[in-house]
Amino acid sequence: MSLSAHLPVLQVVLPLVSAPIAVLFRHGGFAAGIVTGGAWAAFATAIGLWLHVAEFGTISYHMGNWAPPWGIEYRVDRLTSFVLLLVSGTAAVVLPWSRASIDREIPEELHYLYYAMFGLCLAGLLGITVTGDAFNIFVFLEISSLATYVLIAMGRNRRALAAAYRYLIMGSIGATFIVIGIGFLYLMTGTLNLADMAVRLRAVENSRPVLVALAFLTVGISLKLALFPLHQWLPNAYTYAPSAVTAFLAATATKVSVYVLIRFYYSVFGESLVFEQLPLPQFMLALSLLAMFAASFIAIFQDNLKRLFAYSSVGQIGYITLGLSFGSLTGLTGSIVHLLNHGVAKAAIFLLIGGLVLGMTKPGTVTAEPSFDRLAGLSKRMPYTSFGIVIAGLSLIGVPGTAGFISKWHLILAALEQDQFWLVAAIVVSSLLAVAYVWRFVEVAYFTPPPEDSTSVQEAPLSLLVPAWLLVTATIWFGFDTTFSVGSASDAAQQLLKAAQ
Amino acid sequence: MISAFALHPALILIAGAFLLPLLKGQMRNMAVLAIPATTLVSVFLLPDGKLWETSWLDYTLAPLAVDQLSRLFAGIFALMALAGGLFALHQQNRLEMPAAYLYAGSAIGVVLAGDLITVFVFWELMAIGSTLIIWSTGTPSAWAASRRYLTVHLAGGVILFAGITGHIIETGNVGFSAMQANSIANWLILIGFLINAGAPPFSAWLPDAYPEASWSGMVFLSAFTTKTAVYVLLRGFPGTEILIWIGIFMIFYGIVYALLENDMRRILAYSIVNQVGFMITGIGIGTEMALNGAAAHAVSHIIYKALLLMTAGAVLVATNRRKCSELGGLFHSMPLTTLCACIGALAISSFPLTSGFISKSMVSQAAIDGHMQTVWLFLTAASAGVFLHAGIKFPWFVFFQKDSGLRPAEPPLSMRFGMVLFAILCVAIGLWPDFLYAMLPYAVVYVPYTAAHVVTQLQLLLFSGLAFFVMLNYLKRTPTITLDADWLWRASGPAAGRTIASALQISLACMRKGFAAANVMLSAAINRQRLPDGFLLRSWPSANMSLWVMVMLLSYLALYYLE
Repeated sequence: MSLSAHLPVLQVVLPLVSAPIAVLFRHGGFAAGIVTGGAWAAFATAIGLWLHVAEFGTISYHMGNWAPPWGIEYRVDRLTSFVLLLVSGTAAVVLPWSRASIDREIPEELHYLYYAMFGLCLAGLLGITVTGDAFNIFVFLEISSLATYVLIAMGRNRRALAAAYRYLIMGSIGATFIVIGIGFLYLMTGTLNLADMAVRLRAVENSRPVLVALAFLTVGISLKLALFPLHQWLPNAYTYAPSAVTAFLAATATKVSVYVLIRFYYSVFGESLVFEQLPLPQFMLALSLLAMFAASFIAIFQDNLKRLFAYSSVGQIGYITLGLSFGSLTGLTGSIVHLLNHGVAKAAIFLLIGGLVLGMTKPGTVTAEPSFDRLAGLSKRMPYTSFGIVIAGLSLIGVPGTAGFISKWHLILAALEQDQFWLVAAIVVSSLLAVAYVWRFVEVAYFTPPPEDSTSVQEAPLSLLVPAWLLVTATIWFGFDTTFSVGSASDAAQQLLKAAQ
Repeated sequence: MISAFALHPALILIAGAFLLPLLKGQMRNMAVLAIPATTLVSVFLLPDGKLWETSWLDYTLAPLAVDQLSRLFAGIFALMALAGGLFALHQQNRLEMPAAYLYAGSAIGVVLAGDLITVFVFWELMAIGSTLIIWSTGTPSAWAASRRYLTVHLAGGVILFAGITGHIIETGNVGFSAMQANSIANWLILIGFLINAGAPPFSAWLPDAYPEASWSGMVFLSAFTTKTAVYVLLRGFPGTEILIWIGIFMIFYGIVYALLENDMRRILAYSIVNQVGFMITGIGIGTEMALNGAAAHAVSHIIYKALLLMTAGAVLVATNRRKCSELGGLFHSMPLTTLCACIGALAISSFPLTSGFISKSMVSQAAIDGHMQTVWLFLTAASAGVFLHAGIKFPWFVFFQKDSGLRPAEPPLSMRFGMVLFAILCVAIGLWPDFLYAMLPYAVVYVPYTAAHVVTQLQLLLFSGLAFFVMLNYLKRTPTITLDADWLWRASGPAAGRTIASALQISLACMRKGFAAANVMLSAAINRQRLPDGFLLRSWPSANMSLWVMVMLLSYLALYYLE
């Protein structure tokens, strides 16, 4: 077989191998090179897979030539290739960006570990996405989670350690729930291959253990994707992690968890069980609305800019799960496209905040917190950073012409399809909360005179601005040209729904 | 598909707007002229047809669609941006010129749009650009006016957006072509368009806001918003009968208020409403001749109104006075400006050999051809009125009349160039109308210079001129303020509010007390929660999170069990 036939496994192996090599050489610069190279190779692989899947349809890769259900299968369909692109693409942008940022935020001697962990985290997230095996999902979930705990703990602020520890406990509970769920399914079907499991579940789908498995999986994954009220690990983890880590996690980790949820709901349990026989949609709808309103409301009152946008992430995840709860093609499309649109906007915001933190920190001191009282008059001193945050913020609000509008448009269409006008109102009103928290930044950065001792703050260097603005441009781009984003998402949604029937 | 060879003229101008703040000195001056000049050239290089097509959501948009009509408007807009830029070279404010180019660029974007969504996007950009122009003046009254202006236009934008959404849902078609005012959605679109045209009852936003702009800002403002509205009405609602009466109302509204007005630039602002009224009447008549007339009149109006406002701007810069009662006798020291103002005044009064004559008469002719005697009568009477308020009143009170003793010098070279350029154009179009006629959307079978036309018009002008000087004493303005419909929302709204407030004062006071107490309690509650340990800011312990996990799991299990 030629190299191209092995793309699904290369997708995981390339970043996975880069991590131990980075550790072996114990050199920050070398590690940066090898892990960044691995991430770019993974991005190239993801592009290749996306093109291949778009043209020839789903790929099923048999690990070691063992045919499923006995061997491990890697399965790439439209949704998989879309999420792979998002994850590897974010890594490809964030890694070059992090070079200048971690110089200040992480001690020199730990740099190689940062890159190694980043590589592992990336490999884990890609592995979760690409694998077609239930237990494999758990294994990769643990790989990525463990790497994430370390990455978060690397933050300079001492609270980073506490945040990482808390996330460790919660993440472990979530992972345990997931493995319990998978265990129940294995018990009932005797297989770990997702496709095979789906077939065999038909026979036993109303038995209690299957329902219990569904409950455990739903709760476990909801915890990983930070569905309100299981989001409590997220704000501190995002706030105190190094900036690059926050940006990467915000755009990928929760999104991959959403992917796992969609995968289990549509490809394993089947649409009819989840959405028609059980009151799950109503439950999820209620939680989504809670997230959209409560989390966005809490975000308004934060004093730390990073924490504000962390809470905004919880709110935005509410929109994603809202789309899922419709159980319709349009709703699913809206969810999937919001994975990308929100991921890109949030990554842009956290990268820009990273540059902002760097600009406020004097060399050799502990990283400054981006608290609002220090941001006064920021637009004068860091115009490109401030303006970028505003644009990406507009996307969070959902202003026409930005990517966020496209997602909300599909969610509103989905609500209209089911004649739920009050939901349309809820989506619009909750956007007003986003206006409020974005406006807090605008007001402080643009309309408050800068303090007098702030002359030392300068615009972030170009090496930080360029990757961040690349993402800002992408939020505008996806607001106008939706052939890739909506096109892929609706193809993926159609494929999922067809398979689920 | 986007064909690589067709540059979008609007985007050239808008990109230029963002480039300008980066430049300084001579480079900036060159860019100010080069950007609209490039735009102008690119407009005339565009071939016909839908040059750009792109899909957005489920719709195929055509952000660049060119035909005879859109090329005419885009061309005159680009020319206007060029002359306005030249005139405003001396403007010290750094915000105004980029704002003006953003504004002009979005106006070109509207006229080159082949679909309603693109129209809407540029429509809103235009509102932002024009608001920035007013805002950049920096005076408190300009700031207040810019907010009122933005409110009206955003409200118009919302109405338009609602209409467009409804139209798309009803017809499934985003294309921008002629519509009938036969459904709620189309009516909303029509209303949205008319608000920008300055139609009643929203005419007052125009004379309220425009005169607050700087001496150069108003030159830009006069050209784009209303004429873009004329364009979209021409394309979207030709032959809609109600437009005839709306137009005639605007004509007389403009004349009456301009005659009462004392501020020279407010006179000209009212006369914009008046002149746009002629165009809208033409659109309402809807024959080929009338539509040609409306388009041609839009072109010549842009030129002579900009010319008049340039001279007014020059006077404003030189004397820093705005009121007719404080001006006069300026011809002694500003002969060139006076000459330009007279040419503009003759053009707006449709004097033969000027641009106004060859365009406005087409609308009247269309009324005759359509056997609309009443309309024709109104139009003819209005022509006399125009001569009174703008043709004689403006130059007479500003440049002649009593000697105010002011002896200001002529404006700087760049401003003189701008004025002379447009003065020459006014006469040139009047002398060689075929050049303009060839660019109109339909073939022109109209000869303006027949003995009958010329004699009729001259008689009309002669008698109204006579009337002006006979009634001069009544027309002399005292330094008063004229009330307009905008009084309704500027004064009567608050007044009514005061009356109601005093009537309900007691009950309100109780409620207010209650609200205040609730408000205090609420904000205290929120502030309590904003302490590090408060509900909003605290970091939750793991036990708490685990509890929630348990609650969730149990509720799921319970739900499934019950099923």
